[in-house]
Amino acid sequence: MTTRPRPKVAFFDFTSCEGCQLTVVDLLQDHPELLDAVEIVEFREAMSEKLPLDERYTIAFVEGSCTRASDEARLKSIRERADFLIALGACADLGGVNTIRNVMPLQEVREYVYGDKADWYETYPARPIKAVVKVDAAIPGCPIDRNEFAKAVTHLLQGRLPNLPDYPLCIECKALGTVCMYQRGQACLGPVTRAGCGAICPAVGYGCEGCRGFVPSPNLASMREVMREAGVGDEEIESRLRIFLTYQMMKLEGVTS
Amino acid sequence: MSRVHVDVHHLTRVEGHGNIVVDVRNGVLEKCELQIVETPRFFEPMVRGRTYKEVAHIVSRICGICSVGHSTAALRALEAALGIELTEQTILLRRLNMHGEMLDSHVLHTYMLIAPDLLGVQSVVPLAKSQPEVVLRALRMKKLAGEICRIISGRHTHPIAMVVGGFTHTPSEKDLLYLRKLLLDARADVDATVDLFASLELPAFERETEYIASHKDDEYCYIDGVIASSEGQTWLANDYRSVTNEYLLPYSTAKRARNLRESYMVGALARFNINFEQLHPKAKAAAERLGMKPPVINPYMITVAQVIEIVHCVEDALELVDQLLTKGVQWEDPVAPPYLSGTGVGVCDVPRGILFHEYTIEDGVVTGANCIIPTGQNLQNVELDMRALVPKIIDKPQPEITLALEMLVRAYDPCISCSTHLLDVEFK
Repeated sequence: MTTRPRPKVAFFDFTSCEGCQLTVVDLLQDHPELLDAVEIVEFREAMSEKLPLDERYTIAFVEGSCTRASDEARLKSIRERADFLIALGACADLGGVNTIRNVMPLQEVREYVYGDKADWYETYPARPIKAVVKVDAAIPGCPIDRNEFAKAVTHLLQGRLPNLPDYPLCIECKALGTVCMYQRGQACLGPVTRAGCGAICPAVGYGCEGCRGFVPSPNLASMREVMREAGVGDEEIESRLRIFLTYQMMKLEGVTS
Repeated sequence: MSRVHVDVHHLTRVEGHGNIVVDVRNGVLEKCELQIVETPRFFEPMVRGRTYKEVAHIVSRICGICSVGHSTAALRALEAALGIELTEQTILLRRLNMHGEMLDSHVLHTYMLIAPDLLGVQSVVPLAKSQPEVVLRALRMKKLAGEICRIISGRHTHPIAMVVGGFTHTPSEKDLLYLRKLLLDARADVDATVDLFASLELPAFERETEYIASHKDDEYCYIDGVIASSEGQTWLANDYRSVTNEYLLPYSTAKRARNLRESYMVGALARFNINFEQLHPKAKAAAERLGMKPPVINPYMITVAQVIEIVHCVEDALELVDQLLTKGVQWEDPVAPPYLSGTGVGVCDVPRGILFHEYTIEDGVVTGANCIIPTGQNLQNVELDMRALVPKIIDKPQPEITLALEMLVRAYDPCISCSTHLLDVEFK
C-alpha cells in the first residue's frame, strides 16, 4: 500500500438508473486493488462519507442527465471543485433515453404521469451535462463498459484524458465474426455508432441501438439506404435513431427543445 | 421546550434520492416524512407511440439494479397483450436470469448497504480494510450473479437478448456447465453469509401490517402468479389496480399505495411471509438457523429474508441449470405474436417486491403504459413504521434516532430512481 496522498475520486448522480455506478461497483469484483490506487471520497449510492467542502476532487464522475433547473447549481458546484469532470454513461454523455420525451409536449408528458398534480413536480427538457458545464471527457454507453472505465481511470491518474475509438461498431462485429444484422434483415446502428463495447448486442443477436453515441462524421443517409435494402422499414429506422440519440437527432435537424 | 429534529438530506446507501424529515416538539410528533426528491422520469409517456418491440429495452433503463425485473415484467405484459405463449425453455431461461438479478441485488443490499451499519462503519470501504474476507466474499457472489445475467441475456446490467416471445441468443452447454461450477462453488459463500447474519443483531421493532406478494402453489414465485395478501385474499394480475389504489403526496415524486389496511409491505419479507412453503428446503433450513418463522413483522428483518432468498436462488438456479442441461438448450425463434392489438398486465416479484407493468397496443404501437413499482408501494408503510418507531426511541440521543431511522428506511432497500416515474391516469 502506498503512503502518498491518493487521488480523490467522487461519484455523483442526476436523472438516471444508477446502473453505471453499479457497473463501477461490479468492476471491483475483478479489480479490488483499485481501492488502494484511489481514495473514493463520495459515492452516495454506496457510502455515507463526504469530502469536506474546502477540498477538491481529482476526478468527479457524473452519471445522469440534467432535467430540471435546480440540477444546474449542483452540477456547477461539482464542476468548480473538480480537476477532471467526466460524464459517466449515456444519460450524462448524450442525454440518452431521458431525452425521448423532448419531442413530446412537456405539459402532456407531465399530465400523463401525474394527472392534475402535474405542476407539483419540477422538470424541463432533458439534456446531457455538457449542455450545462464543461466536461473533460466521457465514458459512453448504457451502461458503461467496465473495462473501458478501468482504462479511463488509469489514463486520468496519469494526468491524460481517456481516448475513445472513433471508428464504428462494424469493425468490432467483423473482428468477432458476428454475422451482419442487415443480412438477418434487422435494424442496427452499427455503421454510425462509436465502437468500444465489443459489439455485444449484435453478438447476442440484437442490432445496435447507438447507446455509445455517433462516430465523429456519421453517414446517416448511407446507413438508412443500406438498412432499407435489408428490408427494414423507415419507421423502424427512425425510431431506432431516437432511443439513445434523440437529443443528437434533434440537433442535427435543427430542432431545439 | 424540547425539540427533536431529524433532517437527513439525500439519504446514503440507497438507490436514488430521498430525505427523511422528522420533527418532534414537546414530545409530540409533528412531522414524519420520507420525501422522495428524485427527478421525475416519465417512462410511461416515453414508450407511447413506439413499436412494442422497443419497450423492454427502454423500460429496462428505469433501474440499473432491477433491469431484468423491469424487462421481464414488460415482456410478460406485452406477451399477454399479444396472445403469445412461451416455450418451456424460455420460461426456464427467464427464471434463471431473474435469480441472477435477485442474487446481485440482495448481495449488494445485505453486504454493501446494510452490513456497514451492523458492523459500525460508514461504508463498505473501511470494511474492505478491517474485514477483507467479508467484502471479497460479497464480490465473489456478485460476480456469480452478474455471470448468470451475462450468459443468459448478454450483459450484466440491462439485458439485451430477452425479447417479446423469447430470446435472440441461447447459452451453450459450455456456458451452462461454467454456471453450474460457479453455483456449486458459491455454496460455501452462501453458508458463510447465513452464519454472518446469524451472528449480527438487528434492531427489535415490530408493527403489524399487510404483506403483498405474487404467489404460485408449486413454485417460490418471481415471475407471473396471482397477487396474494397476508390478509388471506388473492387477486388476478389484471386486477392489480384494485390492490395498489395509488395516490400522490406533494413532498414525494413517487406515488403511494394502500390496499386492505392503511399501508402494505412488499419485498423479500412479504414473500417470505406469504410463500414460505414454496421455499427450497435448504432455504427453509437457513430460515430456522436465522430464527425466522412466518409471520415476521419486524421490518429490519427484510435483510434477513433477503439472506434466505440468497440461499433459495442459488439452490433453485442449480436445479434450473441442471434441467436445461438435461433437456439440452435448442435454438428457438422468438414466438411471433398472433395479433398486434390488445392490453396486457405483467407481474413479477423483483428484488424489492411486486412489480406491475401494463401496456395497451394498437396495430403494434404502444398507446398506453403503466408501471407500478415496489418502492412506491412500500413508501407509506415505511412512513407509518417511522411514526411508530419514533416515540419508542425518543429519549435516545439524536444521532442514535437518526441512525435508527436511516437503518429502517435502508432496510426496505428503496429503489428511488425506479419509483419516480409513475403511471398514467386514464387509459384511452
